[in-house]
Amino acid sequence: METASMEYLLEVKNLRTLFHTPEGTVFAVNGISFHVDEGETLAIVGESGCGKSVSMLSILQLIPVPPGEIAGGSALYRGRDLLKNSEREMEEIRGQEIAMIFQDPMTSLNPVLTIGRQITETLLTHKKMDQRAAQKRAVELLDMVGISDPAQRLSDYPHQFSGGMRQRVMIAMALACGPSLLIADEPTTALDVTIQAQIVELVTRIRNQVHMAVIWITHDLGVVAGIADRVLVMYAGYIVETAKVTDLYENPCHPYTIALLQALPRVDRRRDRRLKSIPGAPPSLLMEPLGCPFANRCEHVIEHCRESNPPLLPVDKKNHSIACWVNVRTGKPR
Amino acid sequence: MIDEQKSKPEKSRIAILTPDDLETPPLSLTQLAWRRFQRHKPAMIGLVVLALLVMYALGGSIFYSEKFANFNDTSRRLLAPTSEHPFGTDSIGRDVLARTIYGGQISLLIGLTAVIVETVLGILVGALAGYYGGFVDSILMRITEAMLNIPEIFLLIVMAKYFGGKIPELDIFGRTFSGSVVVIVLIIGLTSWMYLARIVRAQFLSLKENEFVLAARATGTPNIEIIFRHILPNSVAPIVVSATLGVANAILSEAYISFLGLGVQPPTATWGNMLDGANNYLESAPWLWFFPGLLILLTVLSINFLGDGLRDALDPRSRTV
Amino acid sequence: MTVTQPLVQVENLTKHFPVTRGIVFQRKVGAVRAVDGISFSIERGETLGLVGESGCGKTTAGRTLLGLYPASSGKVTIDGHDVRTARGSEMLEIRRDAQMIFQDPYASLNPRWTVHSIVSEPLRVHHLFKTESERVDRVQELMGLVGLSGRLINRFPHEFSGGQRQRIGVARALASNPKFIVCDEPISALDVSIQAQVVNLLEDLQDRLGLTYLFIAHDLSMVRHICDRVAVMYLGVIVELAERNELYEHPLHPYTKALLSSVPIPDPKKDRARRRIILAGDVPSPINPPSGCRFHPRCPLADLTCSRDIPLWRLTAPGHWVACHKA
Repeated sequence: METASMEYLLEVKNLRTLFHTPEGTVFAVNGISFHVDEGETLAIVGESGCGKSVSMLSILQLIPVPPGEIAGGSALYRGRDLLKNSEREMEEIRGQEIAMIFQDPMTSLNPVLTIGRQITETLLTHKKMDQRAAQKRAVELLDMVGISDPAQRLSDYPHQFSGGMRQRVMIAMALACGPSLLIADEPTTALDVTIQAQIVELVTRIRNQVHMAVIWITHDLGVVAGIADRVLVMYAGYIVETAKVTDLYENPCHPYTIALLQALPRVDRRRDRRLKSIPGAPPSLLMEPLGCPFANRCEHVIEHCRESNPPLLPVDKKNHSIACWVNVRTGKPR
Repeated sequence: MIDEQKSKPEKSRIAILTPDDLETPPLSLTQLAWRRFQRHKPAMIGLVVLALLVMYALGGSIFYSEKFANFNDTSRRLLAPTSEHPFGTDSIGRDVLARTIYGGQISLLIGLTAVIVETVLGILVGALAGYYGGFVDSILMRITEAMLNIPEIFLLIVMAKYFGGKIPELDIFGRTFSGSVVVIVLIIGLTSWMYLARIVRAQFLSLKENEFVLAARATGTPNIEIIFRHILPNSVAPIVVSATLGVANAILSEAYISFLGLGVQPPTATWGNMLDGANNYLESAPWLWFFPGLLILLTVLSINFLGDGLRDALDPRSRTV
Repeated sequence: MTVTQPLVQVENLTKHFPVTRGIVFQRKVGAVRAVDGISFSIERGETLGLVGESGCGKTTAGRTLLGLYPASSGKVTIDGHDVRTARGSEMLEIRRDAQMIFQDPYASLNPRWTVHSIVSEPLRVHHLFKTESERVDRVQELMGLVGLSGRLINRFPHEFSGGQRQRIGVARALASNPKFIVCDEPISALDVSIQAQVVNLLEDLQDRLGLTYLFIAHDLSMVRHICDRVAVMYLGVIVELAERNELYEHPLHPYTKALLSSVPIPDPKKDRARRRIILAGDVPSPINPPSGCRFHPRCPLADLTCSRDIPLWRLTAPGHWVACHKA
């Protein structure tokens, strides 16, 4: 029997997801591999269309199967492949083991049910608690997420909460059954910056408290700096760089990551130069990719980049990998 | 330096689908909608059938003259279909086939012109009420609601009694129309515009909040232009659907009016008054109601299918081809 | 010696939206005090940033300033013209000189019009060229200015990406050769790499054409990058206004301090070392703003005076204005 010494909490290998549309096949996720450890916070960063949300939804089998299709790969959660689970088995996993929160809490919450009802419902279904125990736990959860007067708020409806509050309620619901992994899909993108700071602080505090792993999906490299342990950078359905968070910002190696960082203005520094913009636009996902997807926008592109898609390979011993043929420091091929 | 998409000689197969590289000609929303429409089978069938019916009504006049349609020979009354009279003859000996052709022309004409009246009225009222809001909206909507509350049949009867016989014959395109055709068109138009007005008003209420309208105001564009050149083209979908279905409705309305004896007066034929003429011969001479009835049925059904297809094709939510 | 007048002057501008009840005859039961008395001026060639969180009234302020919403009170002067009293041809002149770029690149272009029609609309409305071919030339020129190919003018908005549509919006705003442009969150809906493109474009155009901008945004990092001076709005009023580095390095108002401390910094060590000022509670409703200083219920420094008296808008350092009892 194999010892699970290197078993990660979640290990994804070569995940591929497609969508079949009238215009053709959309290659949304093109063979990504990554892992998440217990208690670790992994940030997945990328712009719209890069596949960050689709990959998480695929893992949880939340992609509508026609037109979507999980075309390959595996997603091992504690050693077990989620992609091979039946719907029934996934229902056990979702909410209990792996919880997910989304960008717009207004559409994730049922407007005609009270918050209390929605939280206790999860508890009653998954944990088989009785009504009183569930109510008590619900109050505890609301308190944990920083909602004042939690006992009274149980009987309020979603529209009676502000945007930031609703997101806290979502977090409370996600935490209800004590999941080991929380997937947060752009949870603060629609929130004001002061509220965003509150939510980030909340998630940080809770994950430390209950030793929960977090996958945080965002396009905001500032938020990533504040919350992540490790970072994945995605582009056109591929992972182009992965590193520990300090390494990524101090020593970004993939041209896309470098370009993204140079396109960011800073609140803490005086303006010293123009923002560096990336010419062109992301490729259409309707073509089966051949060559590096970033080739036509890359400053450091060489002939080989257009012919062959670089695999994700380590840069150094510090768990820093990039998918690139070129060493940007020297300009020479790797 | 301003960033620009430069087209480099591309070995990479990655397609950069920015318009610079597209070879397809500009594709307007109308063209996209037509493509979507073509995928809807019942709608295409409806379109074909309707086209055939129109050809029947218009083209048939090559083979039969109007005089013939009105030519009555009581010695040949109530003949069942024969090779000489493929649809039989009616109670005063007129050829039913010929009458369905000319009747078709009138019925379709009534359908079309009534719809023009109701569409113009509906758009005017709906657009002004929706765009200006406030007092204008209140007044216009109260009038609309009042009209809606009056039973249509009642209005039809009252107007038919009042106007019937008071409008003289008209001579258009070398054909003589009895004044009653105009009356019918007006009646149907004046009793059907309210539905469209409400729809157009709802469209305007929501569209006027759009940023492109605000942008037009920021440019200094006058209100009239905003209403007719900005907002109205974006409300075309429900108007087209409503107008299409309105034709079917008008044809049916004409049938009931005629059935009440208040419609177009003989000798001018319409499908509706042919049905009326069949009233006393339902069992004895079924060909009198069968053929006009069938034609009305086919017309209304095909228009309904067409309307369905248009509604789907013009639905702004399905943005892709 | 002539002192040049600022291009834009705003004095005590307010915009209230009435809250009504009733079906047939509506009576006013309250008002959303979206903009409740703001004053500032913008010099020629300057970029003034107007920042704040959602609900602070900055978008309403931008629209009311241009007269797109009728102001409830106050005065706005653009290039000497009074926006509130202008009518007819004077209003048209204001519309020619003062333009707007909108937030949503998908909603701000009429989906049924070609790019040519969209960009040339100001030319037609203001009768700027006599023949259609002259207009076509001008549209081509504008497209080139914003970095889009002139061959695209017969295409429709849905054929373009968000960033390209935003450029079309910019081309439209430039068509009538305006002096002043209100940029209402022009980059919020765009991806990060495209935001940089559009911001660089706006800067280039400013240099080339001598434009003046009011840059409304909630992204404080971007505002620091592009603006000369910055005004901070909260619940319908401006709480602080200063030259940009002065504001970001020496903020005086507690709200400004809290806001700045919440902005994420793309540098893990720096970001985590920061002390964030977390504000209590939520933003109150603009229908019933708090008494005295509007910020007092959430302010860590608030005392009795703050809840009672409205703080004066005063100059604390050269060019640095604050409305706070504690600053």
